[in-house]
Amino acid sequence: MAKQRILELPVWEAADKIRGQEITSEEYVAATLKRIREVEPDVHAYITLIEEPALTQAQAIDKKIRRGGDLGRLAGLPVAIKDNICVRGFTTTCASKMLENFVTPYDATVVERILGEDGVIIGKTNLDEFAMGTSTEYSYFGPTKNPWDTSKVPGGSSGGSAAAVSALEAAFALGSDTGGSVRSPASFCCIVGLKPTYGAVSRYGLVSYANSLEQIGPFARDVRSCALLTSVIAGYDARDSTSSDKFPADLVLKRSLPKLTIGVPREFFEEGVQEGVSKTVRDAISRLEKAGVKLSFEEISLPMLKYALPAYYIIAMSEASSNLARYDGIRYGYRVPDRTLDWGTVFSKDRGVGFGAEVRRRIMLGTYALSAGYFDQYYLKAQKIRTLLRREFDGAFKRFDLLLAPSMPILPFGLGEKMEDPLQLYMCDIETVPANLTGIPSLSVPCGVSEGLPVGMQLMAPPFREDLLFQAGRLVEDLLPVDRSAGEFTHA
Amino acid sequence: MHEQDTEGVKIGLEVHCQLTSLATKLFCSSPSDYRGKPPNTNICPVCIGTPGSLPVLNRKAVTHAAMIALALNFKIPERMLFFRKNYFYPDMAKNFQITQYDRAGGVPFATDGHITLDSGKRIRIGRMQLEEDPAKLSYDGTIESSTQTFVDYNRAGITLVEIVTDPDFESPREAREFLNKLSSILEHLSVSDLNLEGSVRCDANISMAGGRRVEVKNISSFKEVERALNFEITRQRSLTSKGIKVMQETRHWDEIRRITISLRLKEEEQDYRYFPEADLVPVTLTKQFVQDVKKGMPEMPEERAKRFQKDYHLSGETAQILVREKALADFFEEAAKHSKDARQLGSWLAVDLQAYLNEYGKSLEELKLTPKHFAEMANMVSSGEVSRGAAKTAFVEMLKTGRMPRSISEEKGLKVISDTGFVESLIDKIFSENPQAVQDALKDPKAVNFLLGQIMRATKGRVDPAVANRLVRERLAAAKGSK
Ligand SMILES: [Zn+2]
Repeated sequence: MAKQRILELPVWEAADKIRGQEITSEEYVAATLKRIREVEPDVHAYITLIEEPALTQAQAIDKKIRRGGDLGRLAGLPVAIKDNICVRGFTTTCASKMLENFVTPYDATVVERILGEDGVIIGKTNLDEFAMGTSTEYSYFGPTKNPWDTSKVPGGSSGGSAAAVSALEAAFALGSDTGGSVRSPASFCCIVGLKPTYGAVSRYGLVSYANSLEQIGPFARDVRSCALLTSVIAGYDARDSTSSDKFPADLVLKRSLPKLTIGVPREFFEEGVQEGVSKTVRDAISRLEKAGVKLSFEEISLPMLKYALPAYYIIAMSEASSNLARYDGIRYGYRVPDRTLDWGTVFSKDRGVGFGAEVRRRIMLGTYALSAGYFDQYYLKAQKIRTLLRREFDGAFKRFDLLLAPSMPILPFGLGEKMEDPLQLYMCDIETVPANLTGIPSLSVPCGVSEGLPVGMQLMAPPFREDLLFQAGRLVEDLLPVDRSAGEFTHA
Repeated sequence: MHEQDTEGVKIGLEVHCQLTSLATKLFCSSPSDYRGKPPNTNICPVCIGTPGSLPVLNRKAVTHAAMIALALNFKIPERMLFFRKNYFYPDMAKNFQITQYDRAGGVPFATDGHITLDSGKRIRIGRMQLEEDPAKLSYDGTIESSTQTFVDYNRAGITLVEIVTDPDFESPREAREFLNKLSSILEHLSVSDLNLEGSVRCDANISMAGGRRVEVKNISSFKEVERALNFEITRQRSLTSKGIKVMQETRHWDEIRRITISLRLKEEEQDYRYFPEADLVPVTLTKQFVQDVKKGMPEMPEERAKRFQKDYHLSGETAQILVREKALADFFEEAAKHSKDARQLGSWLAVDLQAYLNEYGKSLEELKLTPKHFAEMANMVSSGEVSRGAAKTAFVEMLKTGRMPRSISEEKGLKVISDTGFVESLIDKIFSENPQAVQDALKDPKAVNFLLGQIMRATKGRVDPAVANRLVRERLAAAKGSK
């Protein structure tokens, strides 16, 4: 098999071939590294490459296969890790000057699990600084470009991971999703991405941005591979008190799909949603209906949705202001050279220089929202909205198995186009933040193309019903295939 | 310590106490025993706030805190949750402290507790919180002169309970009594060893009629509290007497110079931006949990004092003194196993021993005496072997040398003399030396005491008073008859 062609195999199929000794892990990893060398100058998905250790690990796995040892579920396939997730011995920069030289002393739980299933860690990927952004342009190391069209942003904040998977620079990748940071780049880069149920995946080793909202989530080029990586990383972890044991230990995707009723909240198609996007998603819905599969759709209304975005930003920024307080140049973070100043001045100078503008903006706003006199008006009110929204979703899930929305309100936009307008960027999260506020799982699957650019469909399920998302996602994928060869770097 | 006028004084206390008997810190598995270790070796990613690390609640800490709450008559809310207290200071690796809060949807670990003083007065304890201890900062010399600050995270994350009283104390003496009772309770629960350096810290606020509230911080032991309060009252009173108004301020207790020093005037309201700690899920403390904790509680000092009164026939006062320190109460009970007269024993331990310890500033532990020493002491007196007066000599000798009291008594010849032959010859001698006193005694029975006193003096109190009394009266009766 031609070296580059193996990268185009569905990953679950490549896993079978490695297991069956048709190809080796070393071949797959080497082909991936070759691919990285070819496309990185154009895409810039990675901050750190882990080449030699990855090859060594692949060889060890091959040896194990030849000896007939037990092979893990990830079968020697390369996984890219967002650079806000800790991998022992390597830097976890969070794409910030602040943590440029921060070498992590331990593995995140998800990394341990990937290694435990014979996954090969191949590199650390680019992101918006501390995962704050929707375009991967706010990176201290420069932006990542969309492999589908390198004049466009890849979405964000996990743009590096999505781009790496989309451009065949990794078999899978991990991102983190605080307000859409997995689903946004999955949609823009025309791949599959999951924001798991809050508590399904351990956050131990994920550098916190907004800890009550975020989850680590997988990227893959097809739903089945996405489900495979999900089943590896999910599950209870004693090191994360918010992790749950409710995620099914064996995620079985049944061949025969039960009949699913899907609610389509009209608010997800209204304000701020581009015509091309809503039309593509609505077309997808009617094509699914016409295909005569066991999906039925009904338009509904969830009035609380219009408060979701402001509530999300208040909570996220409030939590960020506290979570990022530890970067003061003393134990962690950038230090200004002059150390003779008093504490207050030292902290301010280090933080002023070490953080980028968007991070500083969110810290300032979050600090403000938590301040005496504003706390009730902002933070507490946002929490109330969160409760009401959760109740509204609970109600909807009594009637529907799934809810459906576009993944992103707009098509992938040009690099630099929205950099100067943070509010416009914040508006991009309007479709995705409800799942974070309510803690429910949400999957983005490619569902069509508009103006030559990919459009993602977002499916939402009740807590711990990722199985429904994957089953419906596979139907979408089968019935509405998107031709990846239309993209610039999305095929070999 | 001088008694002073405490009229119009109002005092509130805020006590921070480490739960030293826990094996690990409050939110990680680093050992709780950080003392004596090289700086920054008793740490892990969690307690130094390494990016990506997460806190996990030590469930044992919750049980220990619940025991304290029950012992202090608190109500324990069903929902326990943590908040973040945000402030920039190098003693907190994360620049926030995980603690509890009583507003904004938060609840303290426990509310509305109290301790009752011996006078029957109730000191209300508004709330109790569970929180993590900050790191320890140290300097080259003084804070002012040092060009560097050293941060040691070994202590960071140690479990603390914060106990906040209402301003119910009307004198430093009441504060001391409260702290004595509190420390005995903590000792009896075996949750905290208050003798460990830095295991307990206290802040006090004091106001006097017409003056503003002054906060005194950094009192590092319960013993120092009364001292600091007395100083502060004297200082405020002398200001007032000079017509100077007492300002609202925060002062620091300087243990070495034994004075309070102004830190800052009218503390600018610091905004800690408290909000819920989402990394820790709320814990439900069920009625069953509280019941189970209650069932597993050891005997508390008040119950123990009552049992001492009942089982050992001690006076209420003696029992209270004995239970003030668990070590003393345990010592008493151990000694009582070897003693036939627990009342006698109790009085040696509660009165004589305490007087000695106070005078020499020592602790029972330092004396290296066994319960058997005191049991033997008590037995010697109650059997009439040694008079209580003479026993005192042996007692002091025993405390100083650690020798067993009977051997001291034998060496010094303290044994009670009940040999009638010896006493009769002594009476012969004293009667012949004091003819006038004999004449007086013959007329007035009360004058007999002089002769008895002479006998006691001659034998340093060793003669059995009953024997001496009987023989002297017999001799006088005989003299009367022969007249
Ligand atoms: Zn630790």
